[in-house]
Amino acid sequence: MQATLLQQRLVGLFALGLLLLNFPLLALWDREVLLLGLPLFPTALFLVWALLIAALAWLMESAPD
Amino acid sequence: MLPLPLVLGASFAYLLLLFVVAWWADGRAAAGRSVIGNAWVYALSMAVYCTAWTYFGSVGRAASGGVWFLPIYLGPMLAMLLAWMVLRKMIRIARTYRITSIADFVASRYGKSPLLAGLVTLITVVGIVPYIALQLKAIASGYALLTTPLGAPSTAAGAWWQDTTLYVALALAGFTMIFGTRHLDGTERHEGMVAAIAFESVVKLLAFIAVGVFVTWGLFGGPGDLFARALAVPELAALLSLSQEGRPFAYEQWFALTMLSMLSVVFLPRQFQVMVVENVDERHLKRAAWVFPAYLLAINLFVLPIALGGLLYFGGRPVNADTYVLSLPLAAGQPGLALAAFVGGLSAATGMVIVEAIAVSTMVCNDLVMPLLLRLRRYARHGDLTRLLLAIRRTAIVGVMLLGYLYFRLAGEAYALVSIGLISFAAVAQFAPAMLGGMYWKGGTRAGALAGLLAGFAVWVYTLMLPSIAKSGWWRTDFVEQGPFGISLLRPEALLGLVRLDYLTHSLFWSLLANIGLYVSVSLWRRPTAREASQALLFVEVFDRTQAARPVFWRGRAKVADLVALAGRFLGAAHAERLFAQYARERGLPGVGAIVPDAQLVQHVETQLAGAIGSASARVMVASVVEEETLGMDDVLRILDEASQLRAYSHALERATAELRSANERLESLDRLKDDFMSSVTHELRTPLTSIRALAELMRDDAEMPAAQRQQFLDIVVAETERLSRLVNQVLDMAKIESGHAEWHNADVDLVALIRQAAQTMQELMRERGAELVLDLPESVPTLRADPDRLMQVLLNLLSNAAKFVPAGGGRIELRLTASALGATVEVQDNGPGVPAGQRELIFEKFRQGGDEAHRPQGTGLGLPISRQIVEHFGGHMELRPDRGQGACFAFRLPWQTRAAPAPQSAAPQGDNA
Repeated sequence: MQATLLQQRLVGLFALGLLLLNFPLLALWDREVLLLGLPLFPTALFLVWALLIAALAWLMESAPD
Repeated sequence: MLPLPLVLGASFAYLLLLFVVAWWADGRAAAGRSVIGNAWVYALSMAVYCTAWTYFGSVGRAASGGVWFLPIYLGPMLAMLLAWMVLRKMIRIARTYRITSIADFVASRYGKSPLLAGLVTLITVVGIVPYIALQLKAIASGYALLTTPLGAPSTAAGAWWQDTTLYVALALAGFTMIFGTRHLDGTERHEGMVAAIAFESVVKLLAFIAVGVFVTWGLFGGPGDLFARALAVPELAALLSLSQEGRPFAYEQWFALTMLSMLSVVFLPRQFQVMVVENVDERHLKRAAWVFPAYLLAINLFVLPIALGGLLYFGGRPVNADTYVLSLPLAAGQPGLALAAFVGGLSAATGMVIVEAIAVSTMVCNDLVMPLLLRLRRYARHGDLTRLLLAIRRTAIVGVMLLGYLYFRLAGEAYALVSIGLISFAAVAQFAPAMLGGMYWKGGTRAGALAGLLAGFAVWVYTLMLPSIAKSGWWRTDFVEQGPFGISLLRPEALLGLVRLDYLTHSLFWSLLANIGLYVSVSLWRRPTAREASQALLFVEVFDRTQAARPVFWRGRAKVADLVALAGRFLGAAHAERLFAQYARERGLPGVGAIVPDAQLVQHVETQLAGAIGSASARVMVASVVEEETLGMDDVLRILDEASQLRAYSHALERATAELRSANERLESLDRLKDDFMSSVTHELRTPLTSIRALAELMRDDAEMPAAQRQQFLDIVVAETERLSRLVNQVLDMAKIESGHAEWHNADVDLVALIRQAAQTMQELMRERGAELVLDLPESVPTLRADPDRLMQVLLNLLSNAAKFVPAGGGRIELRLTASALGATVEVQDNGPGVPAGQRELIFEKFRQGGDEAHRPQGTGLGLPISRQIVEHFGGHMELRPDRGQGACFAFRLPWQTRAAPAPQSAAPQGDNA
């Protein structure tokens, strides 16, 4: 099976997710800062998560059947 | 607190609602209007991942460890990024070979081994039954909390017959039996059950969000206020950052938890059941892959607010953080919301229990009970077993449920039960190497999978399960602290002195290391057997093969009647009859009587049986009614070869169909081309005919012609006739190839030998023309699958062409053969005048000869077009290399593996529209 463009993008996104959600990139958010009244670290975690979902949704929904 | 009858009434009303939903969905399915046939329901059913452990436990985890509840949900996010590749392949494999459980998947991949199936089932039962107990415990403690005053000690559990949890468990067993084993259809799909699970996912999400909204905006002034107040308390502020109380952040544990949940979301039996077995259409995965993580995000959004809210609200009071979801609304005087929250928790627990019970009971029935049962003389040969099969399934469901309940009664508050979530995850993670390895690596063997699974399971028992039993106080703990017999290197939580890791990461590392290490090394120990190799191929290459071109690894003799009877025993006589009738219909046969009992049929029946009783038992049963030959590795390779040819043909067929569609548009130009062709042919035929006729008339009219002159004329006539018949032969040959009627006799061709033979043949001609033929060949090249006579034709054509154009007396022709990983390339270079720029494109067209009119050599103008057709038939390509002023260089390339025969070519150039 040839790796299609969609498959390569998904693998890329997986690598990105693995990096963003683990050490050391995860530690970048660990500051005592408030974002719109919310503590930065948990907020950033959820935002990264949401961005991954959005990217995945875009890839999956725009791919032809 | 709430009155007991109200709580009981609400929970049983909820269970009743589940029955109604499932009933309705089954009814719709029977009417052909399925409600689960869309991606949204599919994604919601995947959310069975969120159990009571999520619903209550996440808040508890967050209250003690901050963001540490998250890795369990980030892992599935990462897994879903790869779902389109990995999960889709798993679904395709399971669909194609009617695989209905993880045990069957592993067993089938490694040569349909009953031993492997049994081992996987055993690991599942040991790892999962406590997890079911945990769900029952969540329901029980929910009851206790709602019906006793806040803060009061929970009353001692009553006698078992007074325990509501038992009745909930029995009701769930009833539900599972009704909607999980209503009938045997061989695909193990349960529409009603899936609809109910999706419904439960909605209920638990809404209930949890309702509690979250109430805590955030009802008890506090929104998230800003809540977090501000939490940050004001140092202990709570610490929960919101990475490192806590001077402890450095345990990155390796974070990573391990992410990986663990990434594997679990695929390999937990309930996840495999809803994602793979119950999947209706693999395209649903496209949307579900992002909807499911979005669901997980939504259900986790309010975990931190509820945890912090609970900690702030209750202050120092001893309220278990695991119960905040219930106790917060209750304490704030919202009994209605508390009841709703309880129903949400109930839905999380019941959903898990139902699906897990179906999945585990399928395994127990197919992979543990059936193989033993079929060994008994009584069941091995005769009798309708459909009823028995259903009875075993139902008994297994009740058994699993009661086992879970028993464990809950025995373990109660014990550590072993509370920590079981992650311990279960670690158990099912042991399936990953054998499953994933089996899907992507053809070298994995049965012995390797057995060794890996056994080792991984053993290490899991030693490093995770035994310590958890010891910590529960059921066993002395000194072996955990000092090691067995005081050998500290063998301490279960610090094996070989590895003390840096926490107990879960530690266990995961060692168990997966042992598992993967043994799986790979034992697999590499010896070659796979024929059966292992053939199954490996069917799994790894599942996307590359269509139904028609899938090889059937079976040789032997069978009778249709025997197979019908066999299918009837396990699927029911009526179902079996329908099955065979459909098989006949699909092949265009008039009836069941006309079916030929070939390998295809045997394979078909075996696959159908596998759906009902598992692939290992199906194999044994089919083998018992047919006479079969044991396949060796040579047979497997031969069957494969045949199948790949079949595949080539079916590709060709597909392409032909596609071309037919565009043929209409091309008809007009084809018509014109045909006219051109006809006029060329007639022209070429007329020229020799005219000269023959003229000479013949001359000889007829002139009786006194000298004998020498007559002889010369006759020689010309003979030569012209020869040219004429050559032309006719080539036109016929061309027409045959183009129309696809040419016969190809494929064999393994050694190109080096073939080229030497061609050079031998041309020797005389070369000598006549005074040309020198230089061969530049490697020692040896891999053999090629092609028709040697046809390839010879191509070689001779190129060589004789070159010989025609080289200067008389000083000709030099070089023939080079080069081999690469992809294929072989043959180049024929001459030192003639080369091909003029204007004719480079035309030269491969029919009746276009090189050279100008005056120097046109003998020939028909069909040699090159025919050669090109032949090369393209074998998937290759022929071209005229760019002219470098040293004569013409023709080259053709042939791939080692013939991929597809091109469809009948038209004379029009083909657009590259692939």
